[in-house]
Amino acid sequence: MPGLIAYGAYVPYHRLARADVAAALGTPPARGTRAVAGYDEDTTSMAVEAARTALARDGLRPRVGQLFLATAAPAYLDKTNATAVHAALRLDEHVLAADMAGSVRSGLGALVTAARSPIPTLTVLSDLRTGLPGGSDELAGGDGAAAFVFGGHRNGAPVLAELLAHDAVSDEILERWRLPGAPASRVWEERFAEEIYVSLADKALTAALDQAGIDRAAIDHLVVSGLHARACAAVRRAAGARPEAVTPDLAAVIGNAGAAQPGLLVADVLDRAAPGEIIALVVLGDGAGVLLLRTTEALPAHRSARPVAAQIAAGSAPMPYATYLSWRGLLDREPPRRPDPEPPYAPPAHRRTAWKYGFVASRCEKCGTRHLPPDGVCVSCRSVDTMADEPMQHVRGSVATFTVDRLAHTPSPPMLVVVVDYDGGGRFRCQLTDATEADAAIGARVEMTFRRTVTAAGVHNYFWKARPVRTGETEGTRG
Amino acid sequence: MSSHGIRDRVAIVGMGCTPFGEHWTRSADDLLVDAVGDAVTSAGVTLDDVDAFWFGTQASGVSGLALSRALRLPHKPVTRVENMCATGSEALRNACYAVASGAYDMAMAVGVEKLKDSGMSGLSGTAIPGAGDDSRGEITAPANFSLLAPAYAAKYGLSGEEMKDVITRIAWKNHVNGARNPRAQFRKEVPLERIRSAPVIAGMLGVFDCSGVSDGSAAAIVVRAEDAYRYTDRPVFVKALSFVAGPADGLLDPEYDFTTFPEVVASAREAYRQAGVTDPRAELALAEVHDCFTPTELVLMEDLGFSERGQAWKDVTSGAFDLDGSLPVNPDGGLKAFGHPIGASGLRMMFEAWLQLRGEAPPERTVTSLAEGRSLALTHNLGGGPGECVSFVSVVGSQLSA
Repeated sequence: MPGLIAYGAYVPYHRLARADVAAALGTPPARGTRAVAGYDEDTTSMAVEAARTALARDGLRPRVGQLFLATAAPAYLDKTNATAVHAALRLDEHVLAADMAGSVRSGLGALVTAARSPIPTLTVLSDLRTGLPGGSDELAGGDGAAAFVFGGHRNGAPVLAELLAHDAVSDEILERWRLPGAPASRVWEERFAEEIYVSLADKALTAALDQAGIDRAAIDHLVVSGLHARACAAVRRAAGARPEAVTPDLAAVIGNAGAAQPGLLVADVLDRAAPGEIIALVVLGDGAGVLLLRTTEALPAHRSARPVAAQIAAGSAPMPYATYLSWRGLLDREPPRRPDPEPPYAPPAHRRTAWKYGFVASRCEKCGTRHLPPDGVCVSCRSVDTMADEPMQHVRGSVATFTVDRLAHTPSPPMLVVVVDYDGGGRFRCQLTDATEADAAIGARVEMTFRRTVTAAGVHNYFWKARPVRTGETEGTRG
Repeated sequence: MSSHGIRDRVAIVGMGCTPFGEHWTRSADDLLVDAVGDAVTSAGVTLDDVDAFWFGTQASGVSGLALSRALRLPHKPVTRVENMCATGSEALRNACYAVASGAYDMAMAVGVEKLKDSGMSGLSGTAIPGAGDDSRGEITAPANFSLLAPAYAAKYGLSGEEMKDVITRIAWKNHVNGARNPRAQFRKEVPLERIRSAPVIAGMLGVFDCSGVSDGSAAAIVVRAEDAYRYTDRPVFVKALSFVAGPADGLLDPEYDFTTFPEVVASAREAYRQAGVTDPRAELALAEVHDCFTPTELVLMEDLGFSERGQAWKDVTSGAFDLDGSLPVNPDGGLKAFGHPIGASGLRMMFEAWLQLRGEAPPERTVTSLAEGRSLALTHNLGGGPGECVSFVSVVGSQLSA
């Protein structure tokens, strides 16, 4: 039986404390934190990070036949965002990469599409939730991404969770909406949709359980996801699962990542579920959808190298609310007296896609010297055109020297710059992100991360940065 | 194949140098007309006597027209050169070779830069489409050179505080010298504590660890050495001109440790060979070096052979490079006190060598080494940054070698 063969989640490093929002705006006290994408992250870059984790095991990448990116906050319209993910993952050029962008429900849509596709499918759910300052969406929202690969069983890439059944009901309902370009969602009165969603969830769950021939009491992990918090809570109570099977929604620590939330919650369950357990995912929004999965014996040996709980534990101390506002473009800060940053130019970016998106350097086949960026002439033996591709995105390194640039143009000054010496050779100077000045030190261990470095003249620039290797992360494998 | 140098074959017989600073009321054309006018006056010639021109500017004009138009030169050869921050020196080097080759009797090197019209802090990059994308762009010049400081401190066992003291002393020394120079942009001494506690720009570098942003122009007239005394009693003879562009490997190769500029070492070795200098610390009367940022000057003291490896910080601290030290460095105040109008800086350095070797520097900044009979000066000019740069070294002298 086909099913899930790999997964990975990405929770951004930064946290915003709800109490800080309340203190700044004089709104009622609020507890907990939410995850915040860095100033250099968007739904595309977070999708890359989640998918890198999902595809970390050897042999998975060539199996992917199609890629879907689901998000309610696409970095571009018209232009496909999934192609950037495709490029960063260095998937075969014949792999279809397409967006499912716009609605929060696209997360469910991408999951169901992947789960029932005959083609091995990588589906990535990524979202970045922004509300107006002081509003409940700002407080309750979160940012993050999760990636899943569905396909058949193979040696080396076994099925980790079988798809037992799925069902979806669709409902045209004015419950949550946002006009293109609007800064925040609008919602109808909360009580209007609550009973409707409870009823729709029951229909979908009943249908899926009937298909699988399973009783509600057999559910080991009930995951309920949706932006309508009251309805989600009601479904958890009314679904008929055993009380201990109801999983927490993580909203208190990372908020609700909208289209990505079902993915993050399922990944968290997969991080700890035992073999032979039944996971019921219920997703609310413009209807309801259900996926029923049963974990296999293969799961414990093939869990994600970056568990959700570890990423939550490794999060930053709460950031200043003013910093959050400026990162979201809600607080316009005085720029430095420097030229505007340069946008990427299409031709050089396109001919260097493997480097820019995939961080593929070159290695001289005569003397073995690594070149970052890739070169045609060897810096060591000066041979011409003896270069082979040298993928570097999974190679870690140490800081050789560093600086803190307080003059450079960056959305979040100051810019941290490190010279990285990679394990096994090669050097590159780049920005250090998800870090404070104290993290920039000679000898510090770093790994590479895909980021949106800047948006200039209406063009996003994506490239790689270094970030500190933090405790709670296990050594990644090379991919 | 070999490099031969042109020791004692050409001489500088006239120079001009504008005050450097924020010339809000003066254009690049105005500045270069002043510098050129002073140079021809100094040599006792007219512009019509000059056979060819080498014009250095990084971004204040393109092509020879930027000079010929400003001066309304009638159909003379004008070559525009650019070599990053070593642009002014590159103009001089080419003018010297033109005369040494026999192609021209008299050549002029002119450098100019107008930085203060941009409204930006620091320097702005050149506009090559996509050059700043996908690799090592973005970093500013102070941040780039600040990479030297933690690496040097770590290698030689200095604490951050000790390193800050060393670079503070370099800034202090150059401001002391600049205070004695009417052409300098900054003409006040700055107390050590004020330098040390100034707002931080990048890494360990405060405002006073960075050269200023200014406008300026300088020019030199070059003739064959045997003709030199027709124009002046005190020509400055060219002993060595050395220029290298590095392979730009320092940002690729983990062997590079950010405590040296290999390009400077190579260009200095070649210059000393051309000039016959074996002990620069003992033979040179003064050195004008590229102190774009204070850690640069520190590292240059070792790369130019003035200090042993790992010892420059001690020599800086003991005052070896002060005006009255054993080898005065940047007696005019350097980039620190002059700012760095890119195309002009290399020729501005040469202007100080010209003044000092001819005994024309004012008494309060005349280097004491001249009284000991030393007659050589070095100028050093670099462009780029740690790991990938171009480097120029010249040696000039007031005497023909025996």
